[in-house]
Amino acid sequence: MKFTYTIEGGDFSKAGHASSSVKKVLKQLNVNSKVIKRIVVALYEGEVNVVAHAYRGKIEADINAERIYVRIEDEGPGIPDIGLAMTAGYSTASEKVREMGFGAGMGLPNMKKNTDELKVTSEVDKGTTVEMTTYLK
Amino acid sequence: MKLIDIVDKLGLKVFSNSDKLNEIEVTGGYTSDLLSDVMGNAQEGQIWITLQNHKNVMAVASLKDLAAVILVKSIKPEENFLKQSVEEGIPVLGTDRQAFEMSGELYKIFN
Ligand SMILES: Nc1ncnc2c1ncn2[C@@H]1O[C@H](COP(=O)(O)OP(=O)(O)OP(=O)(O)O)[C@@H](O)[C@H]1O
Ligand SMILES: [Mg+2]
Repeated sequence: MKFTYTIEGGDFSKAGHASSSVKKVLKQLNVNSKVIKRIVVALYEGEVNVVAHAYRGKIEADINAERIYVRIEDEGPGIPDIGLAMTAGYSTASEKVREMGFGAGMGLPNMKKNTDELKVTSEVDKGTTVEMTTYLK
Repeated sequence: MKLIDIVDKLGLKVFSNSDKLNEIEVTGGYTSDLLSDVMGNAQEGQIWITLQNHKNVMAVASLKDLAAVILVKSIKPEENFLKQSVEEGIPVLGTDRQAFEMSGELYKIFN
């Protein structure tokens, strides 16, 4: 099963839509609720990162009996140093974004912790692609 | 413990979903104003104590299956937050107390 969603940079009012939709699908498929929780945490953080840090993006989720594969591709400033970005507490979030309670620098670490495989690739001034795979059993 | 008992014991204001208070089971609480912190560390069934007042709070609460949100320091939920709360069926509660005091009182109930 394949699902696609679009994300607008800066539009926090829709952040979480894709995560919420994928959660419903996984529930219907009777996936273990602990596994659903991990997937949803990682996907939400990925979604919010596009809203907070990029201009626009696209999410593709591909679910089969064994695993869910999610690819989040955005057009944006990119990440110059991915190792640094993965460090807990590192954030370049704007003051406005921080006031909303984002920008703790915990999103990428949360994604790492809650996926079985995480791959982040990025090109400065072009964009970032996040790929996550989580096994359903 | 049922949410209704906690609301009664702590004298909380109920901004939404008052009809759901006796259905919702509470397992504890989590206090934070950082959304990724709650996303990463809060557990299903907990009450989230915060001063963040926008609808992303509800998105996180719903994705994490939290029991309710308590807004501290007399904060009143903004309209979109409240709307989202009704859609998700997760009550928004309120108190005049600040987060430290509110957390302490909720902690006492569970320990
Ligand atoms: N899609 C992206 N495009 C550009 N930069 C990004 C993207 N995702 C992450 N980053 C960079 O990596 C940093 C760390 O990301 P991370 O998600 O861990 O924290 P955050 O988004 O700043 O805060 P939090 O997720 O805790 O709200 C960001 O501050 C930003 O500099
Ligand atoms: Mg983030």
